[in-house]
Parts: sequence; structure tokens; C-alpha cells
Amino acid sequence: MNAKIKIENLNLYYGSFQALTDVNMNIYEKKITALIGPSGCGKSTFLRTLNRMNDLIDSVRIKGNVLLDYKDIYAKDYDIIKLRKKVGMVFQKPNPFPKSIYENIVYGPRIHGINDKQKLDEIVERTLKEVALWDEVKDRLKKPAMGLSGGQQQRLCIARCLAVEPEIILMDEPTSALDPVATLRIESLLEELVRKYTIVIVTHNMQQAGRVSDYTSFFLSGRVIETDETDIIFSNPDNKKTEDYITGRFG
Amino acid sequence: MTNYEETMELVSLNDNSRKKYYWKNHLFYIFIYLMAAITILVLVAIIGYILINGIGHINWEFLTSEPRSMGREGGIFSIIIGTLYLTVVAIAVSAPIGVLAAVYFAEYAKESKWVKTIRFGTEVLAGIPSIIFGLFGFTFFVIFLGFRWSILSGGLTLSMMILPTLIRATEEALKTVPQSYREGSLSLGATKWQTIIKVILPSCLSGILTGLILGIGRAVGETAAVMLTAGSALGLPESLMDPARTMSVHLYILASEGLSKEKTFATASLLIILVLLINTIASKVVQRFINKAKA
Amino acid sequence: MKAYEKVIEKLLLICAVTATLSVILITIFIFKEGISVLSDYGMINFIFGTKWSPTNGNYGILPLIAGSLSVTIGALVIGIPTGIACAVFLSEVAHKKTAKILKSAVELLAGIPSVVYGFFGLSVLVPAIRQFILPIIQLFNEDASTSGFSILAGAIILAIMILPTIVSISENAISSVPIEYKEASLALGANRQETITRILVPAAKSGIISSIILGMGRAIGETMAVILITGNMPKVPGGMLDSVATLTGTIAMEMGYATPEHQKALFAVGIVLFIIIMLLNLFANFTLHRLGGQAND
Repeated sequence: MNAKIKIENLNLYYGSFQALTDVNMNIYEKKITALIGPSGCGKSTFLRTLNRMNDLIDSVRIKGNVLLDYKDIYAKDYDIIKLRKKVGMVFQKPNPFPKSIYENIVYGPRIHGINDKQKLDEIVERTLKEVALWDEVKDRLKKPAMGLSGGQQQRLCIARCLAVEPEIILMDEPTSALDPVATLRIESLLEELVRKYTIVIVTHNMQQAGRVSDYTSFFLSGRVIETDETDIIFSNPDNKKTEDYITGRFG
Repeated sequence: MTNYEETMELVSLNDNSRKKYYWKNHLFYIFIYLMAAITILVLVAIIGYILINGIGHINWEFLTSEPRSMGREGGIFSIIIGTLYLTVVAIAVSAPIGVLAAVYFAEYAKESKWVKTIRFGTEVLAGIPSIIFGLFGFTFFVIFLGFRWSILSGGLTLSMMILPTLIRATEEALKTVPQSYREGSLSLGATKWQTIIKVILPSCLSGILTGLILGIGRAVGETAAVMLTAGSALGLPESLMDPARTMSVHLYILASEGLSKEKTFATASLLIILVLLINTIASKVVQRFINKAKA
Repeated sequence: MKAYEKVIEKLLLICAVTATLSVILITIFIFKEGISVLSDYGMINFIFGTKWSPTNGNYGILPLIAGSLSVTIGALVIGIPTGIACAVFLSEVAHKKTAKILKSAVELLAGIPSVVYGFFGLSVLVPAIRQFILPIIQLFNEDASTSGFSILAGAIILAIMILPTIVSISENAISSVPIEYKEASLALGANRQETITRILVPAAKSGIISSIILGMGRAIGETMAVILITGNMPKVPGGMLDSVATLTGTIAMEMGYATPEHQKALFAVGIVLFIIIMLLNLFANFTLHRLGGQAND
């Protein structure tokens, strides 16, 4: 199977605090990989190393390799802009820009050089259809995105991410701010999206990981305890700690 | 069109427009850095120019002797004294009112329409230009209350001008006092007022002090309002009812009438030095306050 | 015990009301002195009269309004780009140490008394305009002439003086844009410059606009700097090298020797200035709260 991203001996420090220790993992193409573990275990930090969002924090130091299509994204000459175009991200709290629905989606394509109105219109329609939002918003594309409900906002953020044609989508607890109905809609959306995209999702919700993911990785105190097919992790984990966590004995 | 082709097109477009983007990017940073550099340069130029031309003319005699022939010769002793008196009157009147007003806003006021109104009034007072204060001081203190051109009229006018600064600084300081201090004191049976006097105000003293120092800075630098209320007499003031000339007013008169280049620069330098001093002390006090709040 | 606490609260309330009472008192006394001129001379004649010649009883303040407006607009043209650039520099571009230098520079600029700015303008800028700018202008227009006391000089000095207002409020606005917007933009592959110009600055626009309005208020209300460098000629200007008199400058210059009638006219000028400043402040307050509220909804 094709490992889209290969992580080798990744160590990450915030100043003198080590947040990730010797992480090794493969992320497979067009599969959903779920990252689970208790709060503060490093799963979100790890997710953010995959599109170098940790670069925003001054005190962060990183050792090890993250190979995307066999190229190290932390190499000096790696183009961070191209990386982020290839690796999209959806955040915990829906964060549409304070602009219209339309402007939110075309922001990325415009940044990457598409200015043709017709082309942009096509992108807006295609991506909104992909996230099943088109029918709900097609008559108010010029209205502020802030007027949408939380679940709609999150789907808009996913559409915004799809508009730059990523290959990988990182999701940082994308449903934690949503109600159960909106959560289910996002989950079924993931099943659609995985046909075209590689997805990595951080989640607090164990049932969610079980429902949607192909692979699951269990993090504890900055280390990967175990990574395997989701079914195996949930039914027959190798590691005692994983079993304890899954069965709710701690965390 | 398949998705794959679309992606390819996007990438190629991206590459074509890259050069243009880099160019734009550079221009942006050049602009930002240039503007920041110019701002610093302007400050250095103003301070440097005035100090270089003036600091050599400041000496003991200049500071301690009376001005002669309209300030063309001699020193600025009476002017320093006048500035001092005016500032003291302004602070003495505004400090208690400002601090107590801030205590009301921070500790007593509930969010009602009425409180919003008086808060808004305070903001409005901060926005009134100094020449309007001058006009008001002239018609109210000088004429209506019959205080004439005097230190009292000038000081009262200045105290109104610095009141908003004081209220704001004190309120900010009060906000940093942890809630636990209040709870601790109240739980021991202290009344609200005792808590404020014995616990809250002492623990944010340096914050209040910063407000006072900034108020002094504003009082020292003010010209238009003082000119219309305290006059511009050159003599040494002997009572609150005497007119006085402050350093800013003196600088204005020297500069506009072209009386003596070296005395003008010397006075300007003295003002700049005072302002630098006041700013340094204020930021030192702020720093101490922050350190203390952290500890 | 209770009674004494109540009395203290009332006393504090009186202190808190002092500022508002001052505003009311100022309004009453300025209007009381000036209103008679406005009604006798006629509001329209007063505001749109093109001749300010108090010794002949001509109180038309259009030249003064034009003077104040021209230096203010000039100051904004120079001050807005510089101020916003500095705000962006402080909040997004500079390293902490560099930011600290600029920050204290801006604070110092705010602390320098306006009369010192005026003196600096008088002794550096005015001669510089006469010696260096004028010859350049004369290359295109041979008839151009200037004493150096001009709109240009006033605009430059006022631009420096309003910089701290624009920088500090804009910086605050840009810094308080939620980090989520920035992250989302960067995650889409935008670079820092694109994120700043397309997301952060637009999202902070209410704060930036109100900083500009407040800066405008400060420029219109400024007295001692403009009085020393704009030439105090009450006529409607034709170009940026012309001398002008401003509303504030005229009050300060003429108050000292004015006859009672003339004094009343100066108070009327004060009324006009007061109303302009109040409207600007109200407007700034409104933009800050109203637009700010919308962005966060």
C-alpha cells in the first residue's frame, strides 16, 4: 500500500519541553487515519507538523523527517506554500473569514493565481456540492459566511480547503464544536471525501474514530503507542495502554 | 474535465504568476520596513536637532536666573517655577477626583445606562481639543469666576484636561488587582471601603503613579489652554492668583517672535529632556508594576 | 456602619460625574459666549462667508475651515499609509526586539509637546520647503512662490503628530483579529503578505477606520504646531504651498488682542470646531463599536 506521508523519528520541542518523542508512522493514500489519545498527548501538535503550522510558534524545534511523496517537508528548499496547498487543514472551531460565502471559497484559488471569474464560479459550485452545502446556500453566496449555522460554517471551511485542490486534508477535531446532527453530516461527508483525498483526523470521540477511520493511531504523552487498522485497534490492540484507553479505563 | 487535469492547470498557473507574486511580496516588505524606519528616523531627527542646538546653552545660570528683556537674555527661573506651580495645582485638584472616579467605575458601578453615560462623558472630555479648554477656562475661570489670568485658572483648566488620562490609567490598574484580594479582605469582615483603602489601592499604587506621571507630562507640554488662562507674564509668581508663564508658552513666544535663537533652543531642549525623563520614569514604573503583578 | 459606606459611595459617584459635568459646563459656556454672533451675523454668512477680517466686522470662516481641512487632509494622506504600515510592522512583521524600539519611538512621539513640533517645523521644515521644494515646483510652474509657511509644512508636522493615534489603535485592532483567521489563511497556502493584506487588515478595518477618524480629530484640534508653520493667512488656499489660517490657530492668535465683539466671534469659531470634533469622536466611537460588533457576531 502507498504511504502518502512517512514520518520518521519525529521529535518536537516547545522550548525545553518535549511534546513529541520518536514518532514513526505511515499515512496511507485515500484512507482516513484517526489520531486518538487523552488531552495534551500531542496528537494536535503532531497533526500541525504535517503542514508546518507549528512554524507559527517561535519556540518550536523539530528533529526527524516528514516525507510527503518521498520528499522531506522540513528540508530547507521545500516550498512551504506548495506544501500547504497540497495539505489542507480544517480546524476545531469553524473559522470562516469575515467575508461572504463566495469570497471565502475563492480566497485560496485567487492566492494561487486564478482570477478568471468563470473558473472561480465553477470552483465555488463544485466544492460546495462536494460538501453538500450548495443547495442550502446557492441563493446567498454573497451573504456573510458568519450568518451560517455552526455545522454549515464547518462544511464551508471544508469546501474552502477543497478549493485549492489539496491531496491531503488534516482535520483537528472538526466536529467538537458541533451538535450531533451536524456531526453526523460531517462524518458521512468524510466517507465521500476519502475517495479522492487522504484524510488525517484528530478526534476526542472514540466512537467517531471507530465509525469513520481506516487506521487509528493512539498517542500518549507525546509518543505513538500503537498504530494499526481501526478494527484491530478497537477489537484486539497489542498494547495494554491502548486497551485501557479504548475501554475507558483512563483519559 | 477530470479533477487531475484541473489540478495540473492550477499548478501551472501558479508557477506562471509566481514571479509577479514574489515581486509584490518584496515591495510589501520594503514598504513596511521603510515606513517603520522613517518613523524612528523622524523621532531621532526631531530630538537630535533640538538637543544638538540647545543643550549647550543650558547651564546653571540659565536655570537659575530671571529672564531679561522679554526673554532675549537671562534665564528661565521664573518660568520653571511657574510651570511647577501650575502642574502642582493641576495634579492636586485632578488626582483625588480622578482616582476616586476610577474607584467608582471599577468597584461600584453596575452596567446601567446611567453609568454608560458618565463613562461616555469621560471619553468625550478626553477628545476635546486644548484650544477649546483654553476658551472655556478663559470665559469661566478668568472672567466668570473672576480668577483673572492666574495659576489658579490655568491649574484648574489643566486639571480638567488631564482628568480622563488619570481615570483611565487608574481604572486599568484597578482591573489588574486579583479578585481573590477583594474576597480575602471581605471575608475577614472588612467593609468594601476598607478593602479598597487598605488592600486594593495599595496593591496597584504604581499603576496609579503611571497615570499621574503621564498627567504631569501632559500638563507640562500644554500650551494653548495655559496661554489663555494663566497668561504669559514673565514675573516670578508669588501666589495662586498671580499670572505665570510655563515653559511651553515661553517656547511658543520665543519661537513666534524670534527673540533669541539660543534661548529658544535651550528652552526647547529643556522641554524635550523633561518629556524624555517623564516617559522613562513612567515606563520604569509600568515595568515594576507588571513585574509585581506577575510575582 | 452602613450609612457611612453609603455616603462614601455617593462621594465617589460625584467624582465620577465630574468629567461629564465638565463637558456640560464647557458646552454651555462656549455656546453662551459665541451663540450671539452666530445668530446676529447669520449662520450661513458665518460659515460660508469668504472674508475673515475682524477689524472690519467681517466674520466669514470659510477660509479658516478650508485651512483646517487642507492641512488635515494633507496630514491624513501622509499619516494613514505610514501609520498602518507601522501598525502592521508592530503586530505582524517585526521581531519582538525591533517592535519594542518602534513602540517606544511612537510613545515618545506622542509625548513630545505640540509646541516643540511647531518649533521644529518652523526652524527646519519651513526653510527646507522654501529652499528645496520650491525650486522643484518652479521647474514646472515658473510663477510658483512660497514663504515656506504652508499647508505642506502643516500637513507634514500634523502627520507626525497623529501617527501615535493611528499606530496604537490600528495595531490593537490588527492584533486582536482572531488567530483562527490567520491559521486558516496560512493553511490554504497563502503567504504572510497575502494573509496580512487580504485577511488581517480587512478584518481589523473598524479599528483602523476609527483610528483614522480619531487622528483626524486630533489634526483638526491641534493648535500650537500649526500656528507656527502655516502662516496664518485667512484666505481660501489654491495650492499646497499656500499659507493658510486654521480654526484653532486663529482663536489662539487673536484671543490676546480681540475686542469684545471679536472675542465673541472667536468663541463662535470655537463652537464650529467643537461641533466638528464632537461629530468625529461620535463617529469614531460608532465605527469602533458597531463594525467591531458585526465582525464578531
